[in-house]
Amino acid sequence: MSGVLERRQARAAWFFLAPALALIGFFFFLPILAGFVLSLTDFDIYAIGSPEIARFVGARNYAQVLHEREFWNALQNTIYFVVVGGPLSVLASLGAALLLSARLVRLKGLFRTAYFAPVVTTLVAVAIVWRYLYHPRYGFLNYALGALGVGPVDWLGDPRWAMPAIILLAVWKNFGYNMLILTAGLQSIPEELYEAAEVDGAGAWRRFRSITLPGLAPTFLFVGVITMIGYFQLFAEPYVMTQGGPLRSTTSVMLLMYEEGFRWWRMGKASAIAFLLFAIVLAGTLVQLRMRREAR
Amino acid sequence: MIPVSGQREGTSRMRVGGARLFTLLLLAWTTAGCGGPGERANELRFWAMGREGEVVLELVRDFERENPDVRVRVQQIPWSAAHEKLLTAHVGRSTPDVAQLGNTWIAEFVALGALEPLDAWEARSPEIDSSAYFAGIWETNLIDGVLYGIPWYVDTRVLFYRKDIVERAGWREIPSTWDEWRDLMGAIKRSLGEDRFAVFLPTNEPAQPILFGLQAGSPLLWENATRAAFSRPEFLRAFRFYVDLFRDGLAPPVSNTEIANLYQEFERGYFAMYITGPWNLGEFRRRLPADFEDKWATAPLPGPDQDHPGLSLAGGASLVLFRDSKRKEEAWRLVRFLSRPEAQVRFYRLSGDLPARREAWEAPELASDARVLAFREQLERVVPQPKIPEWEEISMRLRDRAEEAIRGARDLESVLETLDREVDRILEKRRWLLDRRARASGEEEIEKP
Repeated sequence: MSGVLERRQARAAWFFLAPALALIGFFFFLPILAGFVLSLTDFDIYAIGSPEIARFVGARNYAQVLHEREFWNALQNTIYFVVVGGPLSVLASLGAALLLSARLVRLKGLFRTAYFAPVVTTLVAVAIVWRYLYHPRYGFLNYALGALGVGPVDWLGDPRWAMPAIILLAVWKNFGYNMLILTAGLQSIPEELYEAAEVDGAGAWRRFRSITLPGLAPTFLFVGVITMIGYFQLFAEPYVMTQGGPLRSTTSVMLLMYEEGFRWWRMGKASAIAFLLFAIVLAGTLVQLRMRREAR
Repeated sequence: MIPVSGQREGTSRMRVGGARLFTLLLLAWTTAGCGGPGERANELRFWAMGREGEVVLELVRDFERENPDVRVRVQQIPWSAAHEKLLTAHVGRSTPDVAQLGNTWIAEFVALGALEPLDAWEARSPEIDSSAYFAGIWETNLIDGVLYGIPWYVDTRVLFYRKDIVERAGWREIPSTWDEWRDLMGAIKRSLGEDRFAVFLPTNEPAQPILFGLQAGSPLLWENATRAAFSRPEFLRAFRFYVDLFRDGLAPPVSNTEIANLYQEFERGYFAMYITGPWNLGEFRRRLPADFEDKWATAPLPGPDQDHPGLSLAGGASLVLFRDSKRKEEAWRLVRFLSRPEAQVRFYRLSGDLPARREAWEAPELASDARVLAFREQLERVVPQPKIPEWEEISMRLRDRAEEAIRGARDLESVLETLDREVDRILEKRRWLLDRRARASGEEEIEKP
């Protein structure tokens, strides 16, 4: 190909890309940049009144956030949620996907829709219903536990139980999405492999370990990363169900950021928290990618 | 505006924080200058919250009849969204002409420069005068000596109690000092037994420790509200009184959300006393069974010593004018109309909100209701909470530390020292601002701390 043609093609490409790039730049990178600049100032409620009051404080917001018990508490809660809720959610999705792809199951479409339904329902409505279920004295969950002879649990009022309660809700609400992705992953594994394995005398467990799991590996990586990123941003569930309580046991990093930013109007500090969360999520993603690579 | 948790959208949500914050501000600025849709000449925009927004319509119609040249458009805003909406309206320069504002929010909106100072307006309207209002309530509208709001209705907290239980414990009425009150609680606890309590003080509300602190003479903050005063002896005394009620089993260590149905629990005698506000007068009447009517009463709060009643919080809502308004003249006319004693009485009939003006309390339905009279007595002894924008956050910190003290075993001195340190950090900007202002006005050279 001649250089002229190449250059012309490149120009055409830029021409067609320009609108999208401009939009992305304006609505994406500019706000990120602005958010970063904001995180270096102490922009707060006073500064909304008269912007000249905002001071450039360098990394002080970051230092302050990292020094505060509140942040570490929030991070601890969030990590608890990610480490326990994430795998649980993926396992539930995998279980549901395997069940739904089993040859014996009838009405697959119906089940698939039913399992997916929580994903598309409004979280606020769902959270309110779950709050009834969790009610310590009149809730269904304690009623059921009582029938099994287990004493009542103060799900949302007890600092030890509030986070497990949130995890349970989140797993129920979200597993349907990963289930669909895993189902797609399962369908992409060639049927012949199973047939060949069966002919070779492999049992169900062996087939699962040697064909299904390796075949799902790339899907797993995707699902794992996406779930982790999503779970790190835990917000709406505690916002609606517990407002971060009791004893701040369900305050997530996102909820802390929201409080700093939109309740106390310390935009600078809230932006700093956002960037710290970004760094944490990035680190988590890199670790997962590295683990995957080493496993290979 | 609420950043929803991007559970699934993947990487594009990663910097949700920074991006969201700024797009919000950007949006607010780009829409600056656009008035509301369908704005007409001489249309007054009035924002009212919650139930008040509904019932005020009737009064507004009368106002329009009296003032044919003015149309009022009342916009009802739910309480839960009111604060955010007002703030974004201010940033977007689309504030209304006149609004109802919770009087604890005034300082914040003054800091924003959103409100019109009312001293000149008030001076021209003789019928609106501080002496016609409860002193503590009027005081909430003064920020650094400047008037920014006219009290519309008032809130304060008194003691709601079970008459029958108190009598069974051997007392005829609620005593006036903390010591006697504690004795009463002990007696109630003994007569009720292990799983019932003398008083319910929701651990998720900062109001109770705050009002005990004020009663004990603590300023809460000092040095021009730039430093915390929680570890000082006055507050420590109140805090000890408060926390000991839980530690001694007189109050259940539970939050509001853990009580399924407050009214049912009150009826069942799960607790015998409850510190709450006028909104519960109507609720208690409505939700308790009819034969329960003579079993409960209200009383002004006991105080630490002989000063009875003990102080309570000056709450409620004021009417404010916005600095950006182009119809301040008409807006002020509406404020004057709603401040008339007869309008205040009608508003009480419609909403159950207690009137801010003293004359209105002479109306028979207010003057003859014993439960309301407890509020009347209490209203003479109310004080505002510190009037600075940071106060709400500080009160949340106080609540968290109090909850920690109630549920833990840490000694109270060290809890309050921690609280003081946290609060001093929150107030850093305020110290800097006041310092800067002092230097700018050149009154005196203040050394930088």
